[in-house]
Amino acid sequence: MEQVLANGIYLGAQYAMIALGLTLIFALMNVLNFAHGQMYVIGGFVTYTIYGQLGLPYIVALLASCVTLAVLGALIERFLFAPVIKGSAREESTMLLAAGIAFLLDALILLIFGEKQRGVPKIVNGVLNWDFRIIMPYDRILICGLAIFSIVAFIAFMQFSRTGRALRALAQDRTAAQLMGVNVDRYSTIGFALGAMLAGLVGGLLVTITGINLGMGGPTSIKAFMMVMIGGAGVISGAIAGGFILGFMEAIGLAVLSQYGDITYLVIFISLMIFLAIRPQGLMGKPWG
Amino acid sequence: MNGVTSKQLIGFGIFLLAIFVGVPIVIAATGRWDFYFTLTSVALLSIASAGVWLTFYIGRINIGQGAFALIGAYVSAILVAKAGVSFWISLLVAGLFAAVVSVLIGLPILRLRGVYFAMITLVLTQVVTLVALALPITNGAKGITSIPLPGGISLLGLQILPPFDSMADTKLAFYIMASILMVLTYLALWRLVNSRLGHICRSMQQNEELASSIGVNIAYIRIIIFAISSFFGGIGGALFGSISQSVYPSSFQVTDSVNFMLNCFLGGLGYVFGPMLGTLTLYFGWDLLFTLGKYQLLVYSVLLILVIRFLPNGLLSLRLGKLGKGGGK
Repeated sequence: MEQVLANGIYLGAQYAMIALGLTLIFALMNVLNFAHGQMYVIGGFVTYTIYGQLGLPYIVALLASCVTLAVLGALIERFLFAPVIKGSAREESTMLLAAGIAFLLDALILLIFGEKQRGVPKIVNGVLNWDFRIIMPYDRILICGLAIFSIVAFIAFMQFSRTGRALRALAQDRTAAQLMGVNVDRYSTIGFALGAMLAGLVGGLLVTITGINLGMGGPTSIKAFMMVMIGGAGVISGAIAGGFILGFMEAIGLAVLSQYGDITYLVIFISLMIFLAIRPQGLMGKPWG
Repeated sequence: MNGVTSKQLIGFGIFLLAIFVGVPIVIAATGRWDFYFTLTSVALLSIASAGVWLTFYIGRINIGQGAFALIGAYVSAILVAKAGVSFWISLLVAGLFAAVVSVLIGLPILRLRGVYFAMITLVLTQVVTLVALALPITNGAKGITSIPLPGGISLLGLQILPPFDSMADTKLAFYIMASILMVLTYLALWRLVNSRLGHICRSMQQNEELASSIGVNIAYIRIIIFAISSFFGGIGGALFGSISQSVYPSSFQVTDSVNFMLNCFLGGLGYVFGPMLGTLTLYFGWDLLFTLGKYQLLVYSVLLILVIRFLPNGLLSLRLGKLGKGGGK
């Protein structure tokens, strides 16, 4: 039981970070970022290249992942999303753009990094063994700690910094924020860059444990969508709750349902659909987002 | 039909002539027999895309058509391969079965709107794939293979259509069959959009509460529309299974659901024939870019992004002609 809980916390922390980036972008721009999983994969590959190939310290690689994705996110917002949002009759057109960007990033990953599964050397060795009740490698504990630290830092940034306050105002009401003198265009770019950066950071963290490959993008996006739906689209606390709920469901499901075959995700999907039928806006979302 | 101008009739005639006479001549002249398979796929995928377009018409973003296409493909495959039912009956049953499933699923989820509906339909595709992997009747990951070709149709001892395996050119037969069904689908869609139901749908697209306040039974209408949409999905899927003679859980995945949606967006959501054009452009474009090898996806995605960047309201917003404009004339 303790093992299942520990696995749940570990999975939940990383899932929550993925969902945070997605929900931030959604809250600010009303864009469903299909390319979020691909951004995560790019983050993983950047860390792989710098830490695994060039042998530089892990923290440098992690920072490089963040910076690369932040720049990429800012460029995508400035030159693609912003003009399309202004020029299209229906705001759903951004979904087509997001899907196109997902294809583009997939193509770039394929050309630059190839299609092979890549892994990096362990950052710390050894396994924590607490009386055979919890068995967990030290690197997983470290990654989990880093993930939780990043989540706390992100919340603090959103709560207490000037930029964070502007972003929250933007998410609440775009027009009102503009009337209060918030530079809407600039903060949209910053927000998108921040969301993309979170995806890159998770990629950089997880490449040390699961490795990374081209095919991980799509499934990651779907999982992120599910977490956002559980918690409520565009709500920061909801994304964190959704991440931990999905993490625990997966950990418990794998422990309890494994005797019936590979049906954990089927059960999760079906219970999600039932949940959404009863509470369409998720746990903490505004009705009709 | 009401309000058909002679110009539209001529346009429609040219279109029919092009797909039933023009295409076979061009293919025979150039010798690119593989285009038959491509164009057949375009035809059946645009049937499924028509369904997605219809759900857009009531203001719902549907990324779940892959689910209903997969259901249709499996129903038809199981009926034909395991129960020995005629393909033509199984085609109808596949569509109806998908429609019934969509009513059951639609009752709770059609209350959702916007991105919530979009995301849950996306999840739905994943659910159906996983169900197909888990159920014994669908044969798991191995799928159902070597499905027999469609048989003939005879009515009162009179043979209307010979069995497909007795025909000299199966590819051409499949192409003609898929094209006829596609034309029928879009005629039905066009008729529906220009009917009273179509007007109601447009009012719902703009504001559901307002439509409801003037006495439109919105819950009923959206179930009906979703069922019709899924019926098209089921038909498209069943055709796909019959043409490729095999169905796997991976036949229709999340990517396919997203592609169905992209077809509608690319063609333009305000135009009945938009999804057909979108499917043709996306699928054919992808096929033509095959010669680029590993740069295929790169060029394809860049083109896609450029189109949406500079024509955010779809290809037909270039006003290639007023034929097929969904709104009032």
